[in-house]
Amino acid sequence: MTIETKDKGIVYDVKGLNLWYGQDQALRDINMQIYKNQVTAVIGPSGCGKSTFVKTLNRMVENIPIVRIGGEILYHGENIFDKSVMVEELRTKVGMVFQKPNPFPKTIYENVLYGPKIHGIRDKKVHMEILETSLKAAALWDEVKDRLGDNAYGLSGGQQQRLCIARALAVQPEVILMDEPTSALDPIATQKIEDLINQLKENYSIIIVTHSMQQAGRISDKTAFFLMGELIEYDDTSKIFSNPAKKQTEDYITGRFG
Amino acid sequence: MRQRLENKLLEIHETLVKMSILVEENVDWSIRALTMQQTKMADEVIENDDLIDSYEEKIEDMCIEFIATQNPLGSDLRRIFTVLKLITDLERIGDHAVNIARITKTIGDETLLEPIDDIKEMAKITRKMIYNSINSYIDQNLDLAMETAAMDDTVDDLYEGVYDELLDIMESKSEFKGQVIGLLLVGRYLERIADHATNICERVGYMITGKRMSY
Repeated sequence: MTIETKDKGIVYDVKGLNLWYGQDQALRDINMQIYKNQVTAVIGPSGCGKSTFVKTLNRMVENIPIVRIGGEILYHGENIFDKSVMVEELRTKVGMVFQKPNPFPKTIYENVLYGPKIHGIRDKKVHMEILETSLKAAALWDEVKDRLGDNAYGLSGGQQQRLCIARALAVQPEVILMDEPTSALDPIATQKIEDLINQLKENYSIIIVTHSMQQAGRISDKTAFFLMGELIEYDDTSKIFSNPAKKQTEDYITGRFG
Repeated sequence: MRQRLENKLLEIHETLVKMSILVEENVDWSIRALTMQQTKMADEVIENDDLIDSYEEKIEDMCIEFIATQNPLGSDLRRIFTVLKLITDLERIGDHAVNIARITKTIGDETLLEPIDDIKEMAKITRKMIYNSINSYIDQNLDLAMETAAMDDTVDDLYEGVYDELLDIMESKSEFKGQVIGLLLVGRYLERIADHATNICERVGYMITGKRMSY
């Protein structure tokens, strides 16, 4: 068996990215490369542009009418703002999990299979396979396998969040964007999601916005620090939290502001 | 916002400074006891070491609590790890002062051999190294740390000289065999103390720059 050197690959190459909400510039000349099969954490104080940045990676941010974007984001070498790029295809490859678990008011089964069904998969056998693989990959299978027909709202917050991850995985993405996925969860549910992230990076590239520096430290390989729309520092997580190069980073991680 | 963290850091810092003063003083006393042949003073040096050890434990506990409750990062993290490393070096220095005191007691009032002058010189530099290394920590002074670490070479050279001289004496005046061995060990202990002071300087360099330093 040949082992692919996946970890060397670049998933995203962001070049001179600028973004405005009307007159307000939210992102300023962002340049960074995001690597395959790694967890990249994005940190920074509220309003620094980190969520905007992550939502730009799957063009979710364009849902806001007053947004203007400049610069390029190359996804596997292709500019995602190019006219030839279908936004639906991009979002199939780049899944997203939000701060608050947002399952559909449907059964667990339907939640996971929502995406695959939209993509035209009708075969029941394939459905069951996707259901099991996705729920297993999201470390939820054992807890729900006997009640797949129950409404997702009956699950705990942590389980709902893992269901949302399973739902994202069901359409076989390459990248998973996570916007503060554990901020509404208790420490045990948080631990489960963190363990899950660590397992998922074998097969996916994960970009996570987090307010918890301890969380960024625990789970990520690289950390990007944003401040007032600028990417101040981007380096190995161990370096950022033990010996950052920039004073603003040091001030932020030691709680001198933010 | 950082008030609680700053207060705790300050408390650890002050306790470490107290420990370092005790260590420095005990080394000073151990050398005085040796050169002035004061066995009573040597006993005091041995007794004082218990206090130094208790300081080490106390600071270690404070650091663990600090890490557990304050989740230090960046320079705070480097600082707390530096303190944890420094106290080990300081404690070892303290142990060597005790070793020197024990030898002082075995020599008793036997006339001291000539290499004692070079040992005094070694002790003088070593003491300065301890003093400076601690000051480089207190003042976060990288230049002082580097200068101080460089003094280790002089101590090593003096030790070599003392070693050779004592070996010669061992052959010519075999009746002083016991004292020769004792002074050889004192030389060795001083050389080790200087090494620990050098370690402290290296740790301080890491604390300030975030890069490993080695002299």
